[in-house]
Amino acid sequence: MSNERTVTARAGEQTIAFAREFEAPAAAVFEAHTDAGLLARWTGPRGTELTMREFDARTGGSWSYVISGSGGSWAFHGCFHEVTAPRRLVQTFEFDDDPGHPSLEVLTFTDLDGGRSRLEGLSLFLSVPDRDAMLDDLDGGMDENFRRLDELLAARETAA
Amino acid sequence: MTVQQDLATTFAALGDPVRRQIVERLALGDATVNQLAALFPITLQAVSRHIKVLEAAGVVSRSRVAQTRPVHLEAAPLTRSADWLEAHRRRLEERYARLDELLEKRTP
Repeated sequence: MSNERTVTARAGEQTIAFAREFEAPAAAVFEAHTDAGLLARWTGPRGTELTMREFDARTGGSWSYVISGSGGSWAFHGCFHEVTAPRRLVQTFEFDDDPGHPSLEVLTFTDLDGGRSRLEGLSLFLSVPDRDAMLDDLDGGMDENFRRLDELLAARETAA
Repeated sequence: MTVQQDLATTFAALGDPVRRQIVERLALGDATVNQLAALFPITLQAVSRHIKVLEAAGVVSRSRVAQTRPVHLEAAPLTRSADWLEAHRRRLEERYARLDELLEKRTP
């Protein structure tokens, strides 16, 4: 397994940039970001449930989902500014409970040799405090045990 | 100052390539303003301004004793900002580890 298969991240003034490689082609990773059913299976802390309210992964479309767990529920929404399969995804992201602080996320998917691919992301926040607060906002449910996907995948494996 | 404000100040101070290079140089040991200025094709005054920004953020300190007032790197703010970024990196990694599992199931 390559060393690149862990997130590298760095922060600038109002940004966080990261990169991650996957053992799958860019098209598959892109699909996991733009298919509502697939996205719901790996987004949100383990032990929580993601409910899609709206998901129209086309340029100009909108998305909205709620992540619910024992600690409460958190709703997020945004727009797809650009959806160019399988290379590029530009979307906004906003926490419903903290309106007025959207961020812009640019994701770039690149095929590598051997059926692998690389994802590069850049999140741009309105201010430095917004960027720093992002961790606090999202950490609410992040410490819970991440079990649900494991169970789901195990169940699928058994069924298959 | 709260931890969030500390982080914001540290990241802002490090959000400039000249200041990052100053920090990298100081990681090797204390240096005078003149020694630092020699690293850059910019004026001594400009370098001095960058050092003041780093000093205001608590990233570096300057000796009150020695005549040359060498600039010293302060580890604590850098460690805090590294910890913050590491927490974020870990959270992303956790999420993408789930995506790995999903992709593995779907990729023959």
